[in-house]
Amino acid sequence: MASIDIADIRKAYGPVHVLHGIDLSIHDGEFVVLVGPSGCGKSTLLRMIAGLEDISAGEIRIDGRRVNDLEPKDRDIAMVFQSYALYPHMTVAENMSYSLRLRRTAKERIAAAISGAATKLGLDALMARRPRALSGGQRQRVAMGRAIVRAPKAFLFDEPLSNLDARLREQMRGEIKKLHQSLGATSIYVTHDQIEAMTLADRIVAMNAGLVQQVGSPLDLYDRPANLFVAGFIGSPAMNMFNGTYCANSAGPAIEVQGGTRIPLQRQHQIADGAAITVGIRPEHIPVGATNDAGIRCKVELVEPTGLGTILHIRPFGTTLKAFTLNRDVSGSDAVTIRLPAEWLHLFDAQSGQRLP
Amino acid sequence: MTRSKRIAGTIAHRSAILVYIVVALFPLYWLLKVSVTPNDLLYSEGVRLWPSHASVDHYLFVLKHSDFPRFFQNSVIVSGSTAFIVTILASCAGYALSRFAFRGKYWIVILMLLTQMFPLVMLIAPIFKMLSPLGLTNSLTGLVIVYVAFNVPFATFLMQSFFDGIPKDLEEAAMIDGATRFRAFSQIILPLTLPGIAATLGFVFTAAWSELLFALMLISSSGVSTFPVGLLSFVSKFSVDFGQMMAAGVLALIPACLFFLFIQRYLVQGLTAGAVKG
Repeated sequence: MASIDIADIRKAYGPVHVLHGIDLSIHDGEFVVLVGPSGCGKSTLLRMIAGLEDISAGEIRIDGRRVNDLEPKDRDIAMVFQSYALYPHMTVAENMSYSLRLRRTAKERIAAAISGAATKLGLDALMARRPRALSGGQRQRVAMGRAIVRAPKAFLFDEPLSNLDARLREQMRGEIKKLHQSLGATSIYVTHDQIEAMTLADRIVAMNAGLVQQVGSPLDLYDRPANLFVAGFIGSPAMNMFNGTYCANSAGPAIEVQGGTRIPLQRQHQIADGAAITVGIRPEHIPVGATNDAGIRCKVELVEPTGLGTILHIRPFGTTLKAFTLNRDVSGSDAVTIRLPAEWLHLFDAQSGQRLP
Repeated sequence: MTRSKRIAGTIAHRSAILVYIVVALFPLYWLLKVSVTPNDLLYSEGVRLWPSHASVDHYLFVLKHSDFPRFFQNSVIVSGSTAFIVTILASCAGYALSRFAFRGKYWIVILMLLTQMFPLVMLIAPIFKMLSPLGLTNSLTGLVIVYVAFNVPFATFLMQSFFDGIPKDLEEAAMIDGATRFRAFSQIILPLTLPGIAATLGFVFTAAWSELLFALMLISSSGVSTFPVGLLSFVSKFSVDFGQMMAAGVLALIPACLFFLFIQRYLVQGLTAGAVKG
């Protein structure tokens, strides 16, 4: 196990800059998830840690040792690929033992290591099969088995579940988490799926356009997104956003939205009176009540039943908002009353997109 | 579709294949037929599908009294070495073109394509002029060099397309598992490219085996003639020994057939199935 330190890492392909200076410290035994949309540079960063991409500038240290110029084979890390990348001409057992055979490990130790990994992953009955005779989920397990037999310093996962169907993905997610708990290995996991990120991570690194947007625990990112990107990316259904004006007059701090509706705030914010701001609120934080309750009255435009509850599309002040309610008996064209509780509002500077202090 | 329609479709399909096979194999059949027809029956019996009596005299003559065994040996040496050298060079070059980005790659590809654009006849004189002072005309080595030079570009493209078909993830996984790039190439990628290597070997071998133009121009003594040039020796000023020529032709087919029989099991595709998603 090892810590991984990334200092001002940059990557450029000719004139195209993909990573613009990433700083990140991953502690020993930590499970860190890099999350972001396609093309945000998360996979590139992972491949640079693995040694599969050159580093344009900056420094990567694994366990305190600078690895910039080390070959992948000398970094002592294991990687699970999105495509699994199993060796098609080798059996499951040969696939799993390849790294140990390359290191000239004693035969008895190889046998013990692969049988231990096989038992852990439920692969015992498949050891003599070739990859083509395995299902997607089984291939995925072999790929993980290949990574764990060697007890490397760190595990790297490059979107390992994105080729599986939804049910299998959920199951494998649980298995990866269990595996991490039992091995306690330093792991870096790349995904574009924020649910995977939330459920697996000790810490999430949200990335966009080659920059780290926020680093924190899953609940940190959920409860206190640092900017509009993180606010919109983490959470499903996504956070509602609408524009408003900050008012700090004698009646107390408030937001004025289109149509003159005033939403009172709990406290003053460090921003000028009359400044344009973007307000965010999660669908599950909008209480939905009957028409005679106090609040903003609006009509339901669309109803999305999720089984657990209902997602309502409403248009209280010219912007469509989604509200999640556990009430399953709402139908389209109903009128409801919503409230926008000040404690659940997220305020962002409309220009910079940064969270308001 | 009804049953009768399906049967009719099958019959039409099989008949079409049959017609194709007959058309494709008839010249070979005629080669065999003429080679076993004794000289006295060759012109006297008219057009018949099989002579009234067959003999192996032509074969015996070709093997015992002609230079054919020597031509044959020369052809095996030239084609074998050409196929071997070209496949090694093309594998390395194809791998580099498939996997690495390097300065001038684009121009190298253009240059290789360019070499394929000239008719061979145009190049014979300059090549002769180049090889002559080096003492490489009238020599098997010279012929091998020319054949290698002409086959490497196409074989490289062929091998490159096979390497392109193998996911990059596989060698990256091997390199992370602890292999050097060369080891990842030799232990993971190369075994998966066997069909490609077999196809390239087969292609180059047959191309060199049946090449006539350069062999004819660069070789002047029968001691270093290859088999296509040798076949022409059955054509004399006043007559053509069709029987012997055909017998030699049949004999010359044997190594090519054996070669393909040997490599055909590597030509099967689908070896990479299961490597990656899907």
